[in-house]
Amino acid sequence: MKSGIVLGLVWLVAVSAAVSARADDASQAAPQGTSQGTAQDASQDAHKVCDVPSSLLTTDSQLTKVADAVKAGRPLDILVVGSRSSTIPGSEASAYPARLQAMLREALAPVTVNISLEIQPKKTAEEIAGNLVKLVEAKKPTLVIWQTGTVDALKSIDPDEFRNAIDEGVVALQNAGTDVILMNPQYSPRTEMMTSVPPYADTMRMVAQQHDIPLFDRFAIMHQWNDQGDFDLFSASPGNELAKRVHDCLGQALSKFVIDAAHLGQAQQN
Amino acid sequence: MPAMKRCLMTTIADQAAPPIAGAQGAVAAEAAARPAARATAISLPAVGERELRLDLFRGLALWLIFVDHLPTSVLTWFTLRNYGFSDATEIFIFISGYTAAFVYGRAMLESGFVVATARILRRAWQIYVAHVFLFTIFLAEISYVATRFENPLYSEEMGIMDFLKQPDVTIVQALLLRFRPVNMDVLPLYIVLMASLPLILLLMRWKPDVTLGLSALLYAVTWEYDLYFSAYPNGVWAFNPLAWQLLFVFGAWCALGGARRMSRILSSPITLWICIAYLFAAFCVTLTWYFPQLGHVVPRRIEQWMYPIDKTDLDVLRFAHFLALAAVTVRFLPKDWPGLQSRWLKPMILCGQHSLEIFCLGVFLAFAGHFILAEVSGGAALHALISVSGVLIMCGMAWVISWYKRVADKSAARKAGGGNADMAGGG
Repeated sequence: MKSGIVLGLVWLVAVSAAVSARADDASQAAPQGTSQGTAQDASQDAHKVCDVPSSLLTTDSQLTKVADAVKAGRPLDILVVGSRSSTIPGSEASAYPARLQAMLREALAPVTVNISLEIQPKKTAEEIAGNLVKLVEAKKPTLVIWQTGTVDALKSIDPDEFRNAIDEGVVALQNAGTDVILMNPQYSPRTEMMTSVPPYADTMRMVAQQHDIPLFDRFAIMHQWNDQGDFDLFSASPGNELAKRVHDCLGQALSKFVIDAAHLGQAQQN
Repeated sequence: MPAMKRCLMTTIADQAAPPIAGAQGAVAAEAAARPAARATAISLPAVGERELRLDLFRGLALWLIFVDHLPTSVLTWFTLRNYGFSDATEIFIFISGYTAAFVYGRAMLESGFVVATARILRRAWQIYVAHVFLFTIFLAEISYVATRFENPLYSEEMGIMDFLKQPDVTIVQALLLRFRPVNMDVLPLYIVLMASLPLILLLMRWKPDVTLGLSALLYAVTWEYDLYFSAYPNGVWAFNPLAWQLLFVFGAWCALGGARRMSRILSSPITLWICIAYLFAAFCVTLTWYFPQLGHVVPRRIEQWMYPIDKTDLDVLRFAHFLALAAVTVRFLPKDWPGLQSRWLKPMILCGQHSLEIFCLGVFLAFAGHFILAEVSGGAALHALISVSGVLIMCGMAWVISWYKRVADKSAARKAGGGNADMAGGG
């Protein structure tokens, strides 16, 4: 008898999920419908599409050095260290680092914002961690955004080793006197059955928590977009257009995240 | 585990004369107490004598493993891992240890060590073949995906297809159980555990408590010296058999009398409250994973001590969580709970009774589900539909298998007049 009720509940949930999924479809269709409208409409819709729950864009950890630099009016130099998922092949200018630079420049004007990009394809966190200090000495950034984890997940590196590597890298960066943001792997539904990414994404969350540094949860954010129907990340061959739109949204989310973590929200209004 | 002094159960070796009573755990011993059951217990136990709770929860574990193997969806929220540290894998391995010891422990008493070993190894071989079969399907599927996937967003993630460039190495490594794609980690663990079952049973026959102690020692040594099984192309087995054996051996120990000896501890209210408190604490910690805004609830010091909660090496917190869950379940779900006979739970019980077949089917359905989701972008509705129909297919298959076994048994009984002990639990 009781189990009958449970079964009924399961069905209820399934049905309501179906209904909400249809609602998602409808909202997804809307921006496409208006895309022939004015450019302004389109950009507003784009903002809606990029929506990320605020819990994913706020952090208790602070970027004190970024805050100091901006308040003192010094130029803000950001170094993005990443693997191939920090670029779009053939469209560098549309990848998230470039988008982040554009958005931060707009938001923090008149402060100068410079982003340099260091792509190290096919290298594990451990291989990069040892190299970070050299990179920082060469470029003297205020903030390092370290995107990593994908290669480790692909090579199924031992989780403990991965954790130690991230740990080591973060400590090295902090000792070198920069602020640090960690960025975890992309959410990739089509390769989900071949690569187990979540443990690596989680490990990065933990290390960030331990060192009290912000983690930009790219995995959770993209997962959210896919679930909401903002982007069809399952799509087999969508061409460059999807990648550009996703990176634009990532840049937007990341700029909000940086501004929040450095508590620059009020400064911007003044 | 404090050994109870008033141990009613003598060691199995002493019981060699009446073969039935010794090897069976708390469950069967009770059944055997009834004279009628005793008379028939030498041959095939009737269905009613089975410990249906084991079947029920193994069936549940199989469903949950299936849902967990699919991409996350609404149904994922019904799975255990969202509410505590342990998940369906623990249930599956523990019950497998329990039933394997139950079935093959008796075989060892009836037909001796060599024959029982041969039967166990045959079972391990079956699981191995099942694993290779699933790997073949997997290979076909990802080759298909690989040739059609051209998304610039994921040019890096596509690196996973690199192993297709060396099929010779990959396939040999897969046959050696060193190359295991995602979602194919449980069967290799199960194969290793089954292959070591003869040794476990031999030791259990000698001294069950010492065996459990040795198992715990191996677990501790594994943690202390960081022992592992290496995988190809690098990394380690996702479930370290050297650590997970503890759960398997513990299941075997419970089957061979341990459960009954623990019954007094299990029925004490102190145990109950400790378990409930622990489960609640684990639930709160899990909540903070999904609602980061609750993060400050857990003191930082505890966080640093607690994390990472390691699945590969069966973290103590996970093991304890499973124990607490099991203790509470046994307490509130007595073995004669009328619900076990209910029509509604029958499908789950049937699935649990044919675990290997249903497990493999579940892995296959998860592949198929991924495939459909990739080809048809149907959103959450389709997703839920796939999960539900997967479970229904598993139930249907379990029903067909039981039906077939029943028919086959009948005709076999007519011919030979003997039973097949394999039916007793399937290990």
